Amino acid sequence: MSPEEELQSNVSVASSTRNIAGVLKEHNYLGLSDCSSVGSSNLSSLGDDDKATISLKATELTLGLPGSQSPARDTELNLLSPAKLDEKPFFPLLPSKDEICCSSSQKNIASGNKRGFSDAMDKFPEAKVSVYTEKNWMFPEAVVATQTVVKKEVSQNVPKGKQSTTNNSSSPPAAKAQIVGWPPVRSYRKNTLATTCKNSDEVDGRPGSGPLFVKVSMDGAPYLRKVDLRSYTNYGELSAALEKMFTTFTLGQCGSSGATGKDVRNETKLKDLLNGKDYVLTYEDKDGDWMLVGDFSWEIFIGVCKKLKIMKGSDAIGLAAAPAPRAMEKPKMRA
Amino acid sequence: MDRRFPFKVLEHIFSFLDVNEDRNSVSMVCKSWFETERRTRKRVFVGNCYAVSPLKVARRFPKMRSLTLKGKPHFADYNLVPDGWGGYAWPWIEAMAARRPLLEEIRLKRMVVTDECLEKIAASFRDFKSLVLTSCEGFSTDGIAAVASTCRKLRDLELRECIVDDLGGDWLTYFPETSTSLASLDFSCLDSEVKLSDLERLLSRSPNLKSLKLNRSVTLDVLASLLRRAPQLVELGTGSFSDELDPEEISKLTKALSELKQLKSLSGLWDLLPEYIPVLYSVCPRLTSLNLSYATVQMPDLIDLLSRCSKLQKLWVMDLIEDKGLKTVALCCKELRELRVFPSGADLDETDVTLTEQGLVSVSEGCQKLESVLYFCVQFTNAALVSIAKNRPNFRCFRLCVMEPFAPDYRTQQPLDEGFKAIVERCKDLRRLSVSGLLTDKAFEYIGVHAKKLRMLSIAFAGDSDLMLHHLLSGCERLKKLEIRDCPFGDTALLENAAKLETMRSLWMSSCFVSFGACKQLSQKMPRLNVEVIDEHPPKTRPDSSPVERIYIYRTVAGPRQDTPEFVWTIHKNPEVGVSRLSIR
Repeated sequence: MSPEEELQSNVSVASSTRNIAGVLKEHNYLGLSDCSSVGSSNLSSLGDDDKATISLKATELTLGLPGSQSPARDTELNLLSPAKLDEKPFFPLLPSKDEICCSSSQKNIASGNKRGFSDAMDKFPEAKVSVYTEKNWMFPEAVVATQTVVKKEVSQNVPKGKQSTTNNSSSPPAAKAQIVGWPPVRSYRKNTLATTCKNSDEVDGRPGSGPLFVKVSMDGAPYLRKVDLRSYTNYGELSAALEKMFTTFTLGQCGSSGATGKDVRNETKLKDLLNGKDYVLTYEDKDGDWMLVGDFSWEIFIGVCKKLKIMKGSDAIGLAAAPAPRAMEKPKMRA
Repeated sequence: MDRRFPFKVLEHIFSFLDVNEDRNSVSMVCKSWFETERRTRKRVFVGNCYAVSPLKVARRFPKMRSLTLKGKPHFADYNLVPDGWGGYAWPWIEAMAARRPLLEEIRLKRMVVTDECLEKIAASFRDFKSLVLTSCEGFSTDGIAAVASTCRKLRDLELRECIVDDLGGDWLTYFPETSTSLASLDFSCLDSEVKLSDLERLLSRSPNLKSLKLNRSVTLDVLASLLRRAPQLVELGTGSFSDELDPEEISKLTKALSELKQLKSLSGLWDLLPEYIPVLYSVCPRLTSLNLSYATVQMPDLIDLLSRCSKLQKLWVMDLIEDKGLKTVALCCKELRELRVFPSGADLDETDVTLTEQGLVSVSEGCQKLESVLYFCVQFTNAALVSIAKNRPNFRCFRLCVMEPFAPDYRTQQPLDEGFKAIVERCKDLRRLSVSGLLTDKAFEYIGVHAKKLRMLSIAFAGDSDLMLHHLLSGCERLKKLEIRDCPFGDTALLENAAKLETMRSLWMSSCFVSFGACKQLSQKMPRLNVEVIDEHPPKTRPDSSPVERIYIYRTVAGPRQDTPEFVWTIHKNPEVGVSRLSIR
């Protein structure tokens, strides 16, 4: 048997399953393919095969790029997420605006909350968010991991300590399956844009080591702003600055000539507005989890904060309530 | 009787030939035309530095004044080629330095350039005018300093997206005080700060400076002062655009920009803050080229900017422009020829960045002159592709990157075969195509049948079988560069179409099913192809049927190269010798 023939009998490709197999087995093309014969391109059976393979694949521990499956499959993936939530204990957290809360919240506990929160709030399939966050595709190490496996990694990383020592954002704990060189963006571009977010991420604990820019978004605001966390020394200052900054949005104005400094009159209006609507400040930490601002001391906070978001209090209340029912569901799922 | 055309007349006629393709054709007519042409060629282009030996090129073109070289395969841009693969500039520089000392211009792309190379350039070419390095690496700012200080007639010094060992901003001080010839300076890829006073002085004494691209460390507060010293600029790449300015500084900057009456191209704009956009308004109406791909500005701020750019021909932007922004472009930028939309990664943050296929459809409707597109998008539809093709049959370059591998048409769940079929059917002049999304062999059948002028094709995660490759190699007559990754085809198509490979510049395949045995066969069959196996596992230790990680096949008259690293194997022509790794340092 000639080498080619031998090769072909080993390597079998079919449409739907191959698609997944091709991605899932980046380094194991030969010998692991379990599909039908070469040359078949019967896409008409895509639907049926898909469903069968979906349920099979979804439960399989495989090398996978989450989010690579068609949208129809995302529902399957979502079903998985509650299972992942198992791994974190839950505590109710009261929404507090900007006081330093002395709760005994450990990171993993809070992250449990946040997991629920991000599910509820972002409405993305977990997988998608984690794969395509800014960092992940920018650092194309051939990190190949499974959904379930990676989730475990996250919970293991978390108890490492409140202040994450992983400055190197090229291997974020939330890194999901990666394909080398995909999407095809030049390394130069990736590195340059990475520097933008590295600048905002850099936490080396040294005071005055340069500005620490983080993006701030606000529900209903048309665009993001940036703040330099190092230019404030406590939560109060940050809060005041943000209030000034986001006056324009709540009062329906667009753009101004200065980066800071608004009308005192407007500021008062904003405070009332904010208080009336009960806005809450949240942030995303190094693990990609969303937390309420105020749990940690200021120093620790600027060490872990990646992004800020001003949310409506009503949404945040959803956040506080979310853990409780899940905590009750949890035992069932474990069983 | 001598019936040959007088040499002088022929020479004169050939002097009108600018395009090297024409010159290549002309040189194949007969011996005397070959001789005449080679003696008159001034600008030499070598698309693959390993296709021919430097010595041969140096000897062939005695009047050479400009040399352009490309090194690594295109997929090296996306980290698919391991470091150390090759593409060294040194042998070329050395050869030219010895034989063509009148060389004035060197342009290198994706090559490894060392400080030694740069010093050699500085020392060897007394009339050296122009150094343009694109996506190169291996040198430091010391090498730049050498060029700056020694090349008295230096006109262009451009470092485009290079990886440079940045030892500090001193290199700028090496331009002699007497040098006034600078026309183009691009140091946008360097990290470290240059001294403002050095830069100001350089600008003041460079009345011919038309293109200036600063690096990110040049802060916004000094920009006005720099621009005042160079009001003749045609191309400007700013530094960082995010520092805080007081109102007086802002108005000075606005004024300085408005004084740039000849400005046609604007880039840089790192971290552009929305409140600084009005500062740019004065230059917008004249701009033909705008690069916002590092400006993390979102909608709706972008609208204010774009709606003023009625003459824009080239727009590079991030997906933050969203469909809304592209609609504005379609309405306002009627001269647009080239559009590139890069992913910012923001589409999956908490802010909703809605860039869909609709954006590209709008632009294809509104911009009649659009001929080149690079578009990153999460998903696409066949209907959109069909519309786009109908609207714009004049595409020459169509690169669509659907970022989800294997993503089908999200409305119909069908593969994107029909969509790309429309593109290749309608766009008869298509030279360059990148496909993505879920594609079956059928898509490639269409491409093979219709894309007759296609030169370069990039494929990832597509196809079902060998047929895919077979369609392409047997159908696309003008195909010169083919790059494929993660596609399930194997040996048969490759071996059957081996002859085709000699008509192409190169073929790259990674993570496909080509076996080592096939590589050997191919190499033995085709003497003028270099078949390089790039694999960390030595092929000798594996059976012939095992697949290889990466293959790079290119035509060459120079034989296997001598500078391969340990992970590259060139299959030897002589089957008895087998596989060798010739590494002579």
